Amino acid sequence: MYQIEKARLGELFARIAASGELILPVENNGTSQYGTWTPEVEVRLDRLNTVRSAKDCFFPQTENLMGFQMKGKEISIIDQRKPCEPFTVFGVRACDAASFGILDRVFLSEPVDTYYQSRRLAGTIVTLACGEPEETCFCSVFGIDAVKPGGDVSCWLTEDTLFWKSLTEKGDALTEKVKDLLTDGDEAALKAYQEKISAIHEKLPLKNLSLEGFNGDATEALFDRPEWAELSEACIGCGTCTFVCPTCQCYDIRDFDTGHGIQRFRCWDSCMYSDFTKMAGGNPRLTQKERFRQRFMHKLVYYPANNDGIYSCVGCGRCVAKCPISMNIVKVIKTLGVKNHE
Amino acid sequence: MSIEETKKEYKPLIVAFCCNWCSYAGADLAGTSRLSYPADVKIIRVPCSCRVNPLFILRAFQRGADGVIIAGCHPGDCHYTSGNYYARRRMTLLFSMLDYLGIERARTRVEWISAAEGVKFSTTMNEFAKTIHELGENKKLEDLRCKELLK
Amino acid sequence: MQRVIEIIKEKAGKLLADGTVDRVIGWKDGEFFYDPTPAVFSAGELENLRYDSFCGANVSKYLIAETKKEGKILALLKPCDTYSFNELVKEHRVDRDKVYVLGIECRGKADINKIRDLGIKGIESIEELPGDELLVHTIYGDKTCKLNDVLLEKCLCCKSKTHVASDDLALTGEPMPEAPKDRFAMVAKLEMMTPDERFEFWRGELSRCIRCNACRNVCPACSCLKCVFDNDASGVASKANADTFEENMFHIIRAFHVAGRCTDCGECSRVCPQHIPLHLLNRKFIKDINEFYGEYQAGADTTSRGPLTDYTPDDVEPSIVMKRGGDQ
Repeated sequence: MYQIEKARLGELFARIAASGELILPVENNGTSQYGTWTPEVEVRLDRLNTVRSAKDCFFPQTENLMGFQMKGKEISIIDQRKPCEPFTVFGVRACDAASFGILDRVFLSEPVDTYYQSRRLAGTIVTLACGEPEETCFCSVFGIDAVKPGGDVSCWLTEDTLFWKSLTEKGDALTEKVKDLLTDGDEAALKAYQEKISAIHEKLPLKNLSLEGFNGDATEALFDRPEWAELSEACIGCGTCTFVCPTCQCYDIRDFDTGHGIQRFRCWDSCMYSDFTKMAGGNPRLTQKERFRQRFMHKLVYYPANNDGIYSCVGCGRCVAKCPISMNIVKVIKTLGVKNHE
Repeated sequence: MSIEETKKEYKPLIVAFCCNWCSYAGADLAGTSRLSYPADVKIIRVPCSCRVNPLFILRAFQRGADGVIIAGCHPGDCHYTSGNYYARRRMTLLFSMLDYLGIERARTRVEWISAAEGVKFSTTMNEFAKTIHELGENKKLEDLRCKELLK
Repeated sequence: MQRVIEIIKEKAGKLLADGTVDRVIGWKDGEFFYDPTPAVFSAGELENLRYDSFCGANVSKYLIAETKKEGKILALLKPCDTYSFNELVKEHRVDRDKVYVLGIECRGKADINKIRDLGIKGIESIEELPGDELLVHTIYGDKTCKLNDVLLEKCLCCKSKTHVASDDLALTGEPMPEAPKDRFAMVAKLEMMTPDERFEFWRGELSRCIRCNACRNVCPACSCLKCVFDNDASGVASKANADTFEENMFHIIRAFHVAGRCTDCGECSRVCPQHIPLHLLNRKFIKDINEFYGEYQAGADTTSRGPLTDYTPDDVEPSIVMKRGGDQ
């Protein structure tokens, strides 16, 4: 375990950036977004969450897959895969760090998604414990400990010090590169800080949310519940919840006609959209109620059914904070769960 | 100028939406009168200037146009009585919005050219092509996919 | 003095009881006080109805679907919502006969993001105190702020405290705060920049767009059954901005399609998860329309012709854009 003065973080970032792209939360017109570090950017480690999650670093919103070029009657295929250069993501919160495990189960199981895999192999994740959680946080409900955020390296930022603890081989390699900037960590100080923020996490209003009644076998019990109609009544069918979500992984593959050829790319899809999973024969989800239900059933029932009971929600609270009409997974859990915690 | 230099020389692409009843006929007259206009101008015939949806203009820029001109009947002479009046309001607002977004305001233009104005067609197109040539390539409203891949 | 919610509940209760209306559309409680959700209530459910500084959502668009159902609905509309309502009636999207409009008073609505921007974190609940003050209970202790300091963008330039459509009103009679700001100030400032500065400004804003379509879906003027951007046959259908061009295209077309119909209700900016100032696009069109074709307020009535479905023979030519302010 190591530490560095907070005032010297700029040096640390410069060192990490010297050996590959460093992505971290930066200021962007009043919002925080993951962006590439340069000496000019304003790093925002004080805000809890970026608007978009760290998922973008491994599974970007749009990604070119291949191109088709037409010359006369000849069609040639252009392989647009590029080798992924090593990069580091800094300041990932525990919830986002946990989301990578959920995405891995989708993209790294057979058949392996090589686009995602190359980014995962190239990326080193440096997490940051949450010192000032928000009321929208409920990661502890999914067994995530925001005080010990995981990743390749875990960091804790107190008022004046950043503590640095490597957890994996990738983490060790990164630590080796920055070691001369770090000093030996004060275990007692870190422990005191951890206890302090643990106490704050205990006060979070959603920490006792009960997931009882949601599991891989709950399809029949939940699918036709009449409450879905009321829950989805105000849904405007936008994609905000799905696009800010760190675990939503549905995508669409599309062809863009450039006028001279075809660019095949994939982009995030949203179950809230009317053309989600639209097929030649039509759309299996005709109204917003069904589309709305799909999102929550996927997170709390279908995904656990296929993935050893693991939920595909990490409780980051982005959808809770961002929904235009304030309908969200917390309200769904409270309405449909076995235990209603008031 | 060597052949290589000629190849590299910037050739703008200009899309002209011409109303079937006046401006397209004006282009015809320019042709039969042996008046020249630049080969960079690609004419798309539309039934009326008000057929031009703002998306057409943006799509033209997306596919690599450097300038877009809409040519219709003179106000008051519309084959459909009032189409060009509506087009006039729409295009005024659209051009103003493009300007507001910082896109060069000279890249878009509306001209009223009647079927009898072969000369006006020719001079307008020559002048517009010259303006666009001076402005250079459309960088602000380009779609890189259309430029990078597959030319 | 009676609070406005009590007046609303009393009037709504009566209308439900005497059979004038079958349902009520308003807002119901959320999780943390600041997050109410638009909801439809039947008789006997009114205890869940609420109305306070956080009910910023404009419920008029829901009336498109609601008036296709049986029976009559009571709509709780704030003054600015009534403009959207009129516009929807004018475009025959809402059946006026199936709506009973209860105009409700509005002192301006709070923006939870602005409260957060004040550094207030971990908000558990909020109390409204007299004098338009908000007492915020957080896990880090209690904080206070003035409603005036955290108003939604749309409320900073409140267009009116008077309802332009209503069958009845729910007013407390208390004096209303004044709307201080010139809504075109920022548009004018942008107009005076150089094109490159403007381009930079909009790139900085629009590059954050995640194409969640919230601005479009929440907009009362965006009422197409199928949007061109969702229609595969249109050639521009897209679910993401795959190129910066698509960011520009989406927002130009979105704003253009509501030009002349946009009442400046500000919902687009309110719901944008990326805080893109979309109202600046709409207000540019409104400002231009006012300057070119005379003052026009969409939704002020249900009969006048919109500026883009109207013309005069001596309208300005598009070339006027070449002569207007700002450098080139």
